[in-house]
Amino acid sequence: MSMWDAVLIAAIVCVALKGIGYLVPPRWFEAPAPSRITDLLTVALLAALVAVQTLGVGQQVVVDARVPALLVAGGLLAFRAPFLVVVAAAAVVAALLRVAGWAA
Amino acid sequence: MNAEHPDAPAPDGPDHGSHDDSRDVKTAWRDAIGVSVATSAYGVSFGALAVASGLDVWQACVLSLLMFTGGSQFAFVGVIGAGGLAAAPAAIASAGLLGARNLAYGLRMSPVIGPGGWRRAAAALFTIDESTAVSLAQSSRRARLVGFWATGIGIWLGWNLSTLAGALLGDVLGDPRAYGLDAAAAAAFLALLWPRLQQRQAIAVGAAAAVVATVLTPVLMPGIPVLAAAVVAVIVGWTNWLGTRTERVPT
Repeated sequence: MSMWDAVLIAAIVCVALKGIGYLVPPRWFEAPAPSRITDLLTVALLAALVAVQTLGVGQQVVVDARVPALLVAGGLLAFRAPFLVVVAAAAVVAALLRVAGWAA
Repeated sequence: MNAEHPDAPAPDGPDHGSHDDSRDVKTAWRDAIGVSVATSAYGVSFGALAVASGLDVWQACVLSLLMFTGGSQFAFVGVIGAGGLAAAPAAIASAGLLGARNLAYGLRMSPVIGPGGWRRAAAALFTIDESTAVSLAQSSRRARLVGFWATGIGIWLGWNLSTLAGALLGDVLGDPRAYGLDAAAAAAFLALLWPRLQQRQAIAVGAAAAVVATVLTPVLMPGIPVLAAAVVAVIVGWTNWLGTRTERVPT
């Protein structure tokens, strides 16, 4: 599979999911379990991505400059900082720790 | 933003004064523009991260043009960044599973959008967290329509422009780690996750999913631990463990 194949397949899957919502009768999803699973799926995947993106390097688990950067991001989110501020602050913290040689 | 009342009939009939309606529409425009500007800006971080993960500028742009759902886009490039092209199936699956919530949004927006094949096809593309939230927060049918289309199209335009800017910027930056872009990706996921951690059940699922993904990272191919963590959501969602019985289902 080339990168273009992957990009296009993933895009088509996501657009198709959006479209299905307009095509199926709403009562198919009226049961509580499917809508609860959809909500929790989003939470689980995002949380897993936070963990892997913070600690993972390929198949290794590594504690480096990303950990303090993420803690700063969490602190800013607790104070309702906007998305871009949170993301930029994490980048700056990690970059500075690496320049200073305090973290890998 | 107002509380959502998705089930309340929209006060749209002729017995309502046009003054109220135009005020509602004005509110919808204001909400839409505010949300569009704020959301579009972080397309820059997506563009830069996409290029840092090994996509080229055009691939980053195509994701924003077609896929157009931030969480899935970040997930796709995150998994590709960790596992390269070998992790493409997992990247596609992660993006798809994260995009599953848009299906639920489509169900809720469907009666608001109304009939018409092309209209509904266009509405599907613009169905994302923000356009659905802004629309459903409005109190008249006309304002809900304005909220949906203005937010969806506004973010689409801004998000694609900022993706291009971010991708071009990422292209000239070089080593992404030197600029902390790997930490920025983690922070982006955390920021997307944060507003969803309101209830005990969601917090428990998030914590368990993070642990599962971390523990499985050394033993499975990159991308698969994230998918495995999704099982936590299915089990807890199905059994409604830690959930409330009185929970009302949005339609």
